[in-house]
Amino acid sequence: MLNTVYRLVAPRRFEVAFKDIDLNGEDVVVRPTHLSICHADQRYYQGSRPQEVLDKKLPMALIHEGIGEVVYDALGEFKPGELVVMIPNTPVEKDDIIGENYLRSSKFRASGFDGFMQDNVALDRDRIVRLPQDIDRTVAAFTEIVSVSVQALNRFARFTHARKNVVGVWGDGNLGYITSLFFHYMFPDTKLLIFGTDREKLSTFSFADETYLVWDVPEGVAVDHAIECVGSEPSQKAISQIIDLINPEGTISLLGVSEYPIPINTRMVLEKGLHLYGSSRSSRADFEKTVELYEKHPEIIGYLSNIVGAVVEVESIKDMTKAFELDIHKSMGKTIMVWNK
Amino acid sequence: MIFGVVLAGGIGSRMGNVEKPKQFLTLGDKPILVHTLEKFVINSQFEKVIVLTPSQWINHTKNIIKKSLKNTERIVVIEGGSTRNETIMNSIRYIEKEYGLDDDTIIVTHDSVRPFLTHRIIEDNIAAAIEYGACDTVIPATDTIVESADNTIISNIPDRSKMYQGQTPQSFRAKKLKDLYETLTDAEKDILTDACKIFVIKGEKVKLVMGEVFNIKITYPYDLRVAETLIESDGK
Repeated sequence: MLNTVYRLVAPRRFEVAFKDIDLNGEDVVVRPTHLSICHADQRYYQGSRPQEVLDKKLPMALIHEGIGEVVYDALGEFKPGELVVMIPNTPVEKDDIIGENYLRSSKFRASGFDGFMQDNVALDRDRIVRLPQDIDRTVAAFTEIVSVSVQALNRFARFTHARKNVVGVWGDGNLGYITSLFFHYMFPDTKLLIFGTDREKLSTFSFADETYLVWDVPEGVAVDHAIECVGSEPSQKAISQIIDLINPEGTISLLGVSEYPIPINTRMVLEKGLHLYGSSRSSRADFEKTVELYEKHPEIIGYLSNIVGAVVEVESIKDMTKAFELDIHKSMGKTIMVWNK
Repeated sequence: MIFGVVLAGGIGSRMGNVEKPKQFLTLGDKPILVHTLEKFVINSQFEKVIVLTPSQWINHTKNIIKKSLKNTERIVVIEGGSTRNETIMNSIRYIEKEYGLDDDTIIVTHDSVRPFLTHRIIEDNIAAAIEYGACDTVIPATDTIVESADNTIISNIPDRSKMYQGQTPQSFRAKKLKDLYETLTDAEKDILTDACKIFVIKGEKVKLVMGEVFNIKITYPYDLRVAETLIESDGK
């Protein structure tokens, strides 16, 4: 089937391309209904990735956070109309030790190949996970970024020592909010502290035990472990503060993406015997765990709806541009495209 | 019930020296008709997708569908009529015979040689046909339209902002279309080559549905070249 794909061909310019979908293969065809814009999409859209990266990756359809309805499954396992979340990470090999999202060979939507801005998306059947049919779709749209938090928190459980009395999350943006929220549900007995730079944003973290402005942390505040959700240049300051406030032998989970190398005070890392580890993207298991948590704690959806920013109906390429431009000017929240294209 | 009606009745007289009707020409690695049919097959709203083709091409059409598609149980191939409207009427007769016809029977009629149709256009057609009884897929005219009553001298230049170019699908409440068609005289039937026009001259509303510039009709060899280029532009 000649599928219409909406590709970014140059910064701020989308164009139409056509790609055949083999309806006789084993892929499941999904019609996107709600797509969510991520910082990574914005870096391509605004052309802020290095030129050689843009030259290599574009033209490419953006968006790796999205849900849709199954329209066709030649094998009949999925029925038309079933609501599913689409998994952007696409492994091409299996490894018993290394997670699918860390395998260097894995491909990722809207990074190595076309993302979800398409008329229909053909996915391998293990790259979709069923969602409750009545879920708030503007929230479910950004399940991918939630699964990234869940991936990091699963690693947190694996890598941290037994003392988890106090944990700090640095970053008051979307990723910080989602990670903190899920931390609260996955580790309910741990005291959760949030460190940010915006009083308004911090006030939305009402489920946390304490929130602090990073320049106004009271004397004596310390954490057993820390999770960094800041990214870019400010992550240097955040990591530096974490190293100051963390107790010896603590772990630092790094989630914030930066285009630049970030200097780290290794002397204190050594002296305190700290353990730094990174987390990136997510696997099918994280998506399944996320949907399980949605169902177990329905109030999570309410909390997540607090960070739904602009909801833009997309019926034309002009609307796509409008959604991306709106997203640039928002201070917080996810921009959702209701995909009517 | 909603039915897809794919009009593959043309004999391709405008397509140069090709032997086959244009819907059977290969685009990419499949016949154009198959590309078009796939758009209907993946839409679960359609009870059946009816393909109408000249009698001498029925077996060929069935063969290529069987060869190209796995799940073909919702596709039926029947004979088209002598004109576009007669072909549509054949589909309605088929529906009436097999399923009965009522006010909620919707047909989405589409040129078999417009394979770049999108999901949104189909959905908008179904919604508009249900609400208005008839709809036509169009795009705003980009060229100025010039009218000449005698084909020699300009008689009128309409305001371009009110001009649209017709595409397909055209979708209808099937019973209403049939009822209106049956009130036409033979002379009227000869002039009315477009099903939407039947509604218009009978004073019925026809809703506009926005098409796409790329929803092209492959009529001339040039169009096939354009279509090939659109597919080849896919780099990934």
